[in-house]
Amino acid sequence: MNKPANFSRTWKKITENRIFFPLVLFLLILFFDFLFIPGFFNIENRDGNLYGSLIDILRNGSVVSLLAIGMTLVIATGGIDLSVGAVMAISASVAGILMNPSALKNEVFFVTDPTYTFQPLWVVICVALFVAILCGLWNGMLVAYMKIQPMVATLILMIAGRGIAQLITNGLRVQITYRPFSVIGQGWFILPFSLYIVLFMLLATWLFTRRTAIGMFIESVGINFRSSFFSGVKEKNIKLLVYIICGLTAGIAGLVASSNIRTSDANNIGLFTELDAILAVVIGGTSMSGGRFSLVASVIGAMVMQAVTQSMYAIGVPAFALQAIKAVVVILVILLFSEQARNFIRSLGSKKQEV
Amino acid sequence: MSESNDYLLAMEGICKAFPGVQALDTVDFSLNRGEIHCLVGENGAGKSTLIKVLTGVDRPEAGKISLDGKEIHPRSPQHAQSLGISTVYQEINLCPNLNVAENILLGREPHKGGRIDWPKTKILAAEALKRILDIGIDVTKPLSTYTVAIQQMVAIARAIDITSAKILILDEPTSSLDANETQQLFKAMRKLKEDGVGIIFITHFISQVYDISDRITVLRNGKLVGTYETDSITRVELIAKMIGRSLSDLDEMSSIKLESSKQIKSEVLLKAIKLGRIESINPFNLELHSGEVVGLAGLLGSGRSEIARVLFGADRPDTGVIEFNGKAVTDHSPLGAIKRGIALCPEDRKAEGIVDDLTVRENIILAMQANNGWFHYLRLQEQYAIADKYIEMLNIATPSADQPVKNLSGGNQQKVILARWLATKPQVLILDEPTRGIDVGTKAEIQKLVLELADEGMSCVFISSELEEVLRTSHRIAVLREREKVAEFSGEVDEHTIMQAIAGSES
Repeated sequence: MNKPANFSRTWKKITENRIFFPLVLFLLILFFDFLFIPGFFNIENRDGNLYGSLIDILRNGSVVSLLAIGMTLVIATGGIDLSVGAVMAISASVAGILMNPSALKNEVFFVTDPTYTFQPLWVVICVALFVAILCGLWNGMLVAYMKIQPMVATLILMIAGRGIAQLITNGLRVQITYRPFSVIGQGWFILPFSLYIVLFMLLATWLFTRRTAIGMFIESVGINFRSSFFSGVKEKNIKLLVYIICGLTAGIAGLVASSNIRTSDANNIGLFTELDAILAVVIGGTSMSGGRFSLVASVIGAMVMQAVTQSMYAIGVPAFALQAIKAVVVILVILLFSEQARNFIRSLGSKKQEV
Repeated sequence: MSESNDYLLAMEGICKAFPGVQALDTVDFSLNRGEIHCLVGENGAGKSTLIKVLTGVDRPEAGKISLDGKEIHPRSPQHAQSLGISTVYQEINLCPNLNVAENILLGREPHKGGRIDWPKTKILAAEALKRILDIGIDVTKPLSTYTVAIQQMVAIARAIDITSAKILILDEPTSSLDANETQQLFKAMRKLKEDGVGIIFITHFISQVYDISDRITVLRNGKLVGTYETDSITRVELIAKMIGRSLSDLDEMSSIKLESSKQIKSEVLLKAIKLGRIESINPFNLELHSGEVVGLAGLLGSGRSEIARVLFGADRPDTGVIEFNGKAVTDHSPLGAIKRGIALCPEDRKAEGIVDDLTVRENIILAMQANNGWFHYLRLQEQYAIADKYIEMLNIATPSADQPVKNLSGGNQQKVILARWLATKPQVLILDEPTRGIDVGTKAEIQKLVLELADEGMSCVFISSELEEVLRTSHRIAVLREREKVAEFSGEVDEHTIMQAIAGSES
């Protein structure tokens, strides 16, 4: 009698954890891969570094993971940031032009020397991220102080951003050959370097929101901004803050993405990734209308998105059909993990108790 | 063949629990044919849960429901309806843009040659209204052109006509009706009663209970207090049974008030000088002393809440000055007010008070934390200590401090907001309709609390639509009319004087 009751309580506790559903989903997809894709779980050890499909998921998922961290906070306040893809492109262009300014002279100049850079790496990173933060500040000002609807406000930069990125590089793709920069997206220290960036940002953002009152204020503004206002919460500053953080994470994601392909391709870097990031947050269980959020769940959500893509490639879905297949999978995922289905899974524990 | 004294409906030993609350605890209920049975109790007494169990919205954990002597298990409102149990809610679930006939026959219109037979629809609907409720109205007019009372009757006619219902549940149907309309509805109810329909009538208005009902069932905290013949119980007895205590508490209050009025200091704590805001409140003067409760009386929209908002800083004044402790206030914002020691419980608890998904603990510390700033986050133990302190002090009914505040009843939510403000240790507490929509017992608790806080030196502004309540709690009363402060009374005043001031100088 006691045991089932204990079980049901534990089950309830587990299923009420915000990480539970995204994690189950992730494991389900891995299980699918285990059944249908031979060798998916093989991990190679080359010179002490680990390689394999699993590792690829973690590495390729890092861009969306980074975006999802910032996006989670924005969505938790009841907003949305459509401009993150464009901000990625801007940050990549700034970084590119600082390392290889030849494009400004309107000449395509292929630098092949892997040690050449115009500015030192730390300047490159700091300036690129500073510009990304300015982008976030712009969005935040429009939303918090001009009271423009978040979707409209960030749409402006979403459209204008790629143009700005092109302007920065004079409309050219800048080749990035500087070796130390490529470490950001392609380096390997046992695990891919970009994964450490994700973990660092996750930890830093978690500490920043959960070890201060900021996380609670974000949630309270997202749930009921009028009540928050009457309670003395400066809801405008909170909104400004989350868009700035979102700009910063988009900037970092832009550096990772450009380091990956060794160019600052303003047309393609971060194209449509804002949608992946939003989906990752949704899979992570943060409501689009704002409120309670979990950063870890969002990052797992991003990994789910990547695992789906990777699995589709692995079973031979052609690249041009990938978006369609992904859409189908996403619909299935969302249906499967709708509130009704979740409640059903939660009730499993208590039903066992009755029997 | 059932015997004549067999009940139409019998509910026995109904139990239903929600997380942390025993909503119904072995409740019995019965209904005769042709009986109007009132179900009364405070908010959270279990009235709506009992109805939900009966109409299949919630399943009971224990207990038996029988209809006409046969046991039934309602699965859904549709199922309950097919069994003959119909419900008409406070909000009318009809289509206001369709005409009356369409509303009554929606979904089962008579057909002729594959098309709706409109003339017949009209005749059938008019017949149904005449037969069921004995009213004759033009059924071709849109529903929205009729009064709420008529709309409600159309809803009743539809409910009865669909299934020839044996039981009709009316859930607070009179809350938006005026006296005339209520009488119209009662007439229709009596007609149904003659036809042998059993009616369960839920209302907050005690006088209506005595006007219409045959028997009364009282619930309190999910338990059955008793079922009484309406003739055999007096109003005072009924109220005492509903709130579970005698009315002597009220006497106790007036003695507290008398006691606390001695504590009022002479120096002015908060002073508004010609304070005004365009299209909100005309310039007014107001003084608040520590230890004093100032009541604001006036009709809805007379400028009561506007005064509260301007004093708190939620609205910026256009003219005049606020002086706090003798110094003019420059920072007109909620945070500025909190820093000075002013707190406001806003009028609209749901929209401006609670943050419903946050826990009780987070709701309580919210204003205090906003005052502390982003980075001076209270340690978790301190948060729990504060939350538990106020849960105990204000007697907040919650299973734990980690319960989302939306799971609490209205009265307890109000207490959580009070706790949020008391935690900021304010010197001035502005309460805008703190007792709206909460039960009699909690009302008395809150009124008492206000006087006790004043006794400890806090200064309160108390706003309420219930004049009696303002009189009971306030040492001084300011009267507002049409966005203007028109009078001020201190000492003993009677209700009549204030009502005259509210109404204007017509005497």
